[in-house]
Amino acid sequence: MAITQPTLTPEAAAPRRNWQLPVLLGPAAFWLFWFFLVPLVVILIYSFLTRSATGGVDWIFTFDNYARLLSDPIYVTILWRSVWIGGVATLICLLIAYPLALFIILQPAQWRSFYIFLVLIPFWTNMLVRTYAWMTILNNNGLINSFVTGLGGPRLTLINTEGAVLLGLVYGQLPFMVLPLYAAMDRFDFRMMEAASDLGANKWRAFLRVMLPMTAPGIAAGSVLVFILSAGNYIIPALLGGNKVTMIGNQLELWFRTAQNQPLGSAAAVLLMIMMVGGVIIYFRTTTEDDR
Amino acid sequence: MARTIAVELASVTKRFGDVTAVDNTSLQLYDGEFFSLLGPSGCGKTTILRMLAGFEYPTSGSITIHGREMGHTPPYKRPVNTVFQSYALFPHMTVEQNVAFGLEMKNAPKAEIKTRVVEALEMVRLGEYGNRRPRQLSGGQQQRVALARALVNQPEVLLLDEPLAALDEKLRKEMQLELKGLQERLGITFLFVTHDQEEALTMSDRIGVMNRGHILQVGNPIEIYERPTSRFVADFIGETNFVSGTVCELHGNIAAINTAAGQTLRGLAQQGVQVGQPVTISIRPEKVFLTPISNGTPPTPPSKHMNAMPVQVERINYIGSDTRIIVRLHDGNTFDVWESNTRSTLDRDEYWQPGEAALLSWPEENALVLTE
Repeated sequence: MAITQPTLTPEAAAPRRNWQLPVLLGPAAFWLFWFFLVPLVVILIYSFLTRSATGGVDWIFTFDNYARLLSDPIYVTILWRSVWIGGVATLICLLIAYPLALFIILQPAQWRSFYIFLVLIPFWTNMLVRTYAWMTILNNNGLINSFVTGLGGPRLTLINTEGAVLLGLVYGQLPFMVLPLYAAMDRFDFRMMEAASDLGANKWRAFLRVMLPMTAPGIAAGSVLVFILSAGNYIIPALLGGNKVTMIGNQLELWFRTAQNQPLGSAAAVLLMIMMVGGVIIYFRTTTEDDR
Repeated sequence: MARTIAVELASVTKRFGDVTAVDNTSLQLYDGEFFSLLGPSGCGKTTILRMLAGFEYPTSGSITIHGREMGHTPPYKRPVNTVFQSYALFPHMTVEQNVAFGLEMKNAPKAEIKTRVVEALEMVRLGEYGNRRPRQLSGGQQQRVALARALVNQPEVLLLDEPLAALDEKLRKEMQLELKGLQERLGITFLFVTHDQEEALTMSDRIGVMNRGHILQVGNPIEIYERPTSRFVADFIGETNFVSGTVCELHGNIAAINTAAGQTLRGLAQQGVQVGQPVTISIRPEKVFLTPISNGTPPTPPSKHMNAMPVQVERINYIGSDTRIIVRLHDGNTFDVWESNTRSTLDRDEYWQPGEAALLSWPEENALVLTE
């Protein structure tokens, strides 16, 4: 019966009034137009312009920036690495967060919010500070290495590796995976598992055929979030990857600040955005409106 | 007549912490019967169903299905299927996929799954709806999908957990008949759990009435209604009037009772009733006569086997098929009387009037003397 309760749509609950559109939508529309859409259009236009000798732009239309990005092996590698590291970080987050969210949802109701609170605690401290903390742990003379060498072991290369970047990304983005999964599991009616079991499915098959597909919207939402935040991340690869693990975020910083090549940076930003939007489109294609 | 036992519960107890949900209960279901467990919420009926399904394991006692001990066998290895109160249809699957689920779990051949799913959907008259999602169906249709999803597996016992509770009155009555028809056609043992006595009476071959973890009485619908063996069953099934008193005489199976108001009433005594015992008489409101006392003529009972007492009419509730009259006894208690409206008239004077004096009477075998 819980499945089919007809709900009042907002239209039915309150008759539409003509002040609703400007008043409710106004602030968001204002903000998004001036602080999102306008800068975005600037970036888009810049990406088709030519770099001037002084570091600004010359108004000469060109596809060169895109051509360079997609043909220069260095840039292709950086783009590919960003997608790769972002994808692996997303997968690791999923593999950690799914069992964790499941554990939390199976606790008595009064304990659940406590566990969610624990998941959110890292957010209380600045991301930069927490990443510096990881540096002191992973450094060549850091906590781990002092311990290992103290026991007579070899000095380990931990910092400035892809592993360190992955570690930092997973650490930083894990809550963004846990929360949507938790929300999806909260909506999941665990009586479905009884029904599956009643129909002859053991626990594993019931999970694969019923729980996993029914919580898929949470997996998709968490994955999109974590992937976007990871693939475009700047701080973590800068601090934990040094100049050994350059991701697209670091390269953008280089182009805009150090190299003063705003058109090339803009083109890279647009490419990155197209990739992200692609991910979101996949998310919307694979889930129905009811799932979200 | 020797009937095969489909399900047997032997001295089954189920405790949840300090709460005893089912207390040392034994029960046998016969092959092919429609058995209802009837009782108020929290009486333990759903716990019995869940122990048969395998969602709960008994604290002690044994449960066998066709002679096989179920013990701690998990649900997915039991020859039973369940129709859930919430239906629990898988929302991400089509109706067809829902119905096919059980067969797929048994790794049935694809072709066989296809034909059996079609048959099952035809059986519940949903042949056209195979490609719909559960949420696109009405409550009654979802109910029938749940039924098809369970029955397609040809369970030895079908467990139904208040499956009609969410339906509206009219649909519920239709589904009652449909369920009963289906059960008779398939010959599968149905265990139907409900708190709705009318539902149980309509559909069941036998009913077990439960209260506080015990099965108080098992019998066919007529036995349960006409010969309740306890005050609880008499009260829970249908409506009844209770009069308390003490047994003063026993003649065969007829007991005479002195009431607190000083009257002597007679009724059919339950086995084990003894002289001097405090008892309750149960009299159904449709099993009494109410006759007018005109011009103060002294009341005379129509026969010597009738109980009779003068009463005053207090309220008249006309409900169409019946007129329900509340009368007041001389001791101040009220008593319900239902009269069938067998005559058709618009004349109000033909019906009872408040304040009217009347004689309430009933044949002694219409009253039951209960010890509890």
